[in-house]
Amino acid sequence: MGLLWTLFVSFIQVGLFSVGGGYAAIPLIQEQIVNTHQLMTMSEFTDLITIAEMTPGPISINSATFVGQRVYGTIGAIVCTIGAIIPAFIICLTLAYFYYKYKNFSGVQTVLGALRPAVVALIASAGASILVLALFNTDFTQATFSQFRWLEFGLFIAGFYILRKKKPSAVSVILGTGVIGTLLQVALNAM
Amino acid sequence: MKENKLWKLFTSTFMLSAFTFGGGFVIVSLYNKKFVEELEWLEEEEMLDITAIAQSSPGPIPVNASVILGYRMAGILGSIVAILGTILPPFVIISLISVFYTQFKSNQIIAIALQVMRAGVAAVILDVVVDLGKHVLDTKNIVYIVVMLLAFIGTYFFNVGAMYIIFTCLAIGLVTVYLDLRKEKDNGTSVDSIR
Repeated sequence: MGLLWTLFVSFIQVGLFSVGGGYAAIPLIQEQIVNTHQLMTMSEFTDLITIAEMTPGPISINSATFVGQRVYGTIGAIVCTIGAIIPAFIICLTLAYFYYKYKNFSGVQTVLGALRPAVVALIASAGASILVLALFNTDFTQATFSQFRWLEFGLFIAGFYILRKKKPSAVSVILGTGVIGTLLQVALNAM
Repeated sequence: MKENKLWKLFTSTFMLSAFTFGGGFVIVSLYNKKFVEELEWLEEEEMLDITAIAQSSPGPIPVNASVILGYRMAGILGSIVAILGTILPPFVIISLISVFYTQFKSNQIIAIALQVMRAGVAAVILDVVVDLGKHVLDTKNIVYIVVMLLAFIGTYFFNVGAMYIIFTCLAIGLVTVYLDLRKEKDNGTSVDSIR
């Protein structure tokens, strides 16, 4: 019971102080889980980061599940995950309440108007990072033309063309590139 | 009808969450495609506002965005449903992997699938960004267009944190409101009538 409580409180802190996206949470989790409470070794923690990056879902939720599962089984995973989302739940619910109450005020509209182009830019930047990662398997500072991946480039162009023309769902495009790309890559490797 | 909407909310957030690789802004562009373009539950501006709020609050962006989105669709119950949809896929996947993680890490086919899927994710984000960017250009507001370009250059090329970008734009917005109020005051309109 004491251990479950420690896990719960640790992940409430991770959830509460990780402002600004997934990577902000990593040092906090390390602080809580590896350094303070020594629930995991550093090498297990490195594995956790690798897996969290490879799988869907936010890093803090992924690590809450992983840490909970390894330390205390499924109940531990549930407790850690709930801890990680409780702060977000309360804070965002409050903000949502105020947003929908005041969003039509002209001053609020002006402020939101200035925020929207920035949000578009943030989304575009995330997209550019993933595109470069897909085409070069590294970030733009290290990308060289010799690493260029023609298969991913073809999949990207095909996916984008189909999205613009036929408006399919996002999931079907991602799954489609996954299946077709894997088959092609395996065939290329075998040649 | 209401159960129907909750179920749709759950299945949508579940499916999108299951295929989101690569951070919070990816799921936001998927949300945009699903809830604005396909289901037409939200206006595009509203989705961008939700993203800004989700980004500036503590906690993972996908969870934050689903709390607000769920609240908008069906109140607190909607929030809970959307959170469940968002966290169940990573919960199940990670629970399985935590047992088999050495095998998972060294599996060649999984590594290939994860690499090629990035191309699909990038295509989806670009598709959404083209629509969003076009709408910013359509406003013909030079401040908005410059903000968008500078914010992109800042985050992508110079690694400026998203929080700084959001707060800078918040400041720009507040200054604009202040200037508008002063202008109207000079024109003889009383401040009370604006409120």
